[in-house]
Amino acid sequence: MSTPLVTMRDIHKAFGPVKVLEGVDFELLPGEVHALMGENGAGKSTLMKILTGIYAPDSGTVEVDGKPATIATPADAEKYGIAIIHQELNLIPALTVADNLFLGREIQRFGLLDHRAMAKRAMEWLARVGMERLDPGTKIEHLSVGQQQMVEIARALGQNARVLIMDEPTAALTEHETNVLFKLIRDLREQGTGIVYVSHRMEEIFALCDRISILRDGKFVGTRPVPGLAFDEVVKMMVGRTLDARFPTRTPNIGAVRLKVDHVTGGIVQDVSFELHAGEVLGVAGLLGAGRTEMARLLFGLDKLESGQVTLDGKVITPKSPNEAIHAGFGFVTEDRKAQGLVLDMSLRENVSLPRVPAHAGLVDRPAEKTQTRGLMEALKIRARDSEIDVRALSGGNQQKVVLAKWLALKPRVLILDEPTRGVDVGGKAEIYHIINQLAEQGVAILMISSELPEVLAMSDRILVMHEGRETGLLDAHGATQEAVMTAATGGK
Amino acid sequence: MTLQLNWSRAATLLQRLGSVIGLVLLFIVLSIMSPDFLTTGNLLTVLRQVSINALIALGMTFVILSGGIDLSVGAILALTGAVTAGLMAAGHGIVLAAGAGLLLGLVLGVINGALVSWGRVAPFIATLGTLTLLRGVTLSYTQGSPIPVTNSSFALLGGGYVANLIPLPVIWMFIAFAVCGFLLRGTVFGRHVVAIGGNEEAARLSGVRIAPMKLAIYGLSGLLSAFAGIVLTSRLYSAQATAGTGYELDAIAAVVLGGTSLAGGRGWLFGTLVGALLLGFLNNGLNLLGVSSFYQQIVKGIVILIAVLLDRRQ
Repeated sequence: MSTPLVTMRDIHKAFGPVKVLEGVDFELLPGEVHALMGENGAGKSTLMKILTGIYAPDSGTVEVDGKPATIATPADAEKYGIAIIHQELNLIPALTVADNLFLGREIQRFGLLDHRAMAKRAMEWLARVGMERLDPGTKIEHLSVGQQQMVEIARALGQNARVLIMDEPTAALTEHETNVLFKLIRDLREQGTGIVYVSHRMEEIFALCDRISILRDGKFVGTRPVPGLAFDEVVKMMVGRTLDARFPTRTPNIGAVRLKVDHVTGGIVQDVSFELHAGEVLGVAGLLGAGRTEMARLLFGLDKLESGQVTLDGKVITPKSPNEAIHAGFGFVTEDRKAQGLVLDMSLRENVSLPRVPAHAGLVDRPAEKTQTRGLMEALKIRARDSEIDVRALSGGNQQKVVLAKWLALKPRVLILDEPTRGVDVGGKAEIYHIINQLAEQGVAILMISSELPEVLAMSDRILVMHEGRETGLLDAHGATQEAVMTAATGGK
Repeated sequence: MTLQLNWSRAATLLQRLGSVIGLVLLFIVLSIMSPDFLTTGNLLTVLRQVSINALIALGMTFVILSGGIDLSVGAILALTGAVTAGLMAAGHGIVLAAGAGLLLGLVLGVINGALVSWGRVAPFIATLGTLTLLRGVTLSYTQGSPIPVTNSSFALLGGGYVANLIPLPVIWMFIAFAVCGFLLRGTVFGRHVVAIGGNEEAARLSGVRIAPMKLAIYGLSGLLSAFAGIVLTSRLYSAQATAGTGYELDAIAAVVLGGTSLAGGRGWLFGTLVGALLLGFLNNGLNLLGVSSFYQQIVKGIVILIAVLLDRRQ
């Protein structure tokens, strides 16, 4: 057996009174893709931050190549060949690929930048990630998210990284980009690189990884080889209980047409029509850039409707601002909760009541506000110490529930959900699905945009498929297959 | 309020208390070093001096909390003071003159808000523009010479005392503080100010109407600047075109010293009051100690920098 690249033993870490890691072991072998799993808040990121020198452990040992190592700063991590590819990419959009690759370690000649040498070296590095056709002089802002990620990986490899940590690398990638990434990961594995793969996506992990290590509430649950491992077992290890079902069932209670969208056009959205009934979940599937979010923005008054008509409960409406849309009865859970859904420095209570603060003549009714918040915290099982905590301190799943709570307080007639479970762990997902079902049962009309096909298929009554701004299919979810949806999503017939 | 141990809140509180602790320390040091410092007369004089900056800084706190900045406050102060004095010189009564001054301040503030929201101009640039413009307007209006105030009742507004002891401007300052504090913590308006500063996009998507809010926020700043201008004119018995030069920086300094983040979304009004007092007492103390005004500037600059460095978050 070869010497592990990294061995972490009995790692403990606490922030104030909060124990984040309690005796965690982790081992990464050369030429291994090792998944690190656990619910949000289980301690995955903290463990990786210790490995990359951002945090110091309170106790425990770290070995690199079998020798004790002290990783006190990110520079130490780099010295040991450990690199992390962040979920939020750390490239500077206005600079070129080569500029970014050599940022902070520019090649110089007589004190001047040696552009020619950097361009040459950049091409070598890019070739290692299969991007030899990319011009190093291209500005980062002109690249797709997938290409940017490749540039980040190239930079890490260029710095002789032997340990690559990837945090939800496929979260923003298209299917094609994901395949390209997986091929690269497999190539790197062949070359002996060790890869820590942090993800919530079970299918990917089973397809890609050699071993899985699982954390729960800061404790180490175990490491298992993937071959022969059952899906359910992993879930059980992660949540400490078996989930009733991945997708809870709902008794359909579909009423009259609530929202009628006729030939809606605006921006990249071209001529989309559909009807949404009360109590119905209409899934919206499509690839990245298919115009799904853009369509939601049109309905919500964020972008200008060029032509077409929207009818809500028999009344024609043309929302020109989110404010008007909300008054008409819309709610919109956006895909990026941190940038668009929450005010992170405000308390849970203040976030929940943002769309409509309980007030009389402009004066805040604090008791009513607290009662409302507590009721919603209970109904949505939001796990927080109290309603006064900053939402910044909550886990991804709880933050997403706060965004939902915000809209539920308004009792919307149509609720638009854009990637409602993105970045949410397995347990949190199940709870969000349950909430969606409850809302539908109560008669709310739900438009659910999602890039996760199993989710769309299981949760929806019908599925609207979009491709390049156009509607390419409207399927009955019962009996629809992933293949049928993908065919429509890629513009095929 | 629950009294549970809350680390993030405890840290915030400690950070906020920094300015209060600074003020207390300054008080103790000055009391020991100068026998003239801790006298009722001196303290009330300082409070009166501080009141003008505090009035402006209260409005500035709303602007900064919403993620903006208002550089035009000193210029609004000068123009509204001049217009008020000018109207009285033309024979109009106090109520009309002061009312017109306040209204003008409000309108000028709303124009700032319109430039920032509808015009999509960065607040720094927009209010730098109106600062220059309004200074020019004031100079043209006054033709560069002071407009004297002869109305003795008007002079009470800035020069009068309550119970022969407390200067009226100090009373105005505390009333304005109470009203602004209520506005910020007790109303939907205040909630939306903080939300816009914390995350404008999230606020907009939650149905907060950003443009009207900005008109109101900058309008409030203009209104308070105008009020400060009227009080100052009254106290000095005259309006001068160059009045309030550099006041925008003092107001910003008070807000920042008080612990309000320049990035918006995080801050408190009481801190602004403390910040204004800190600057005022620092000035006064250095005067009493006979420090040259050249060095005073240096000390003030250092204090502001230290405060900001201490406030810097990781």
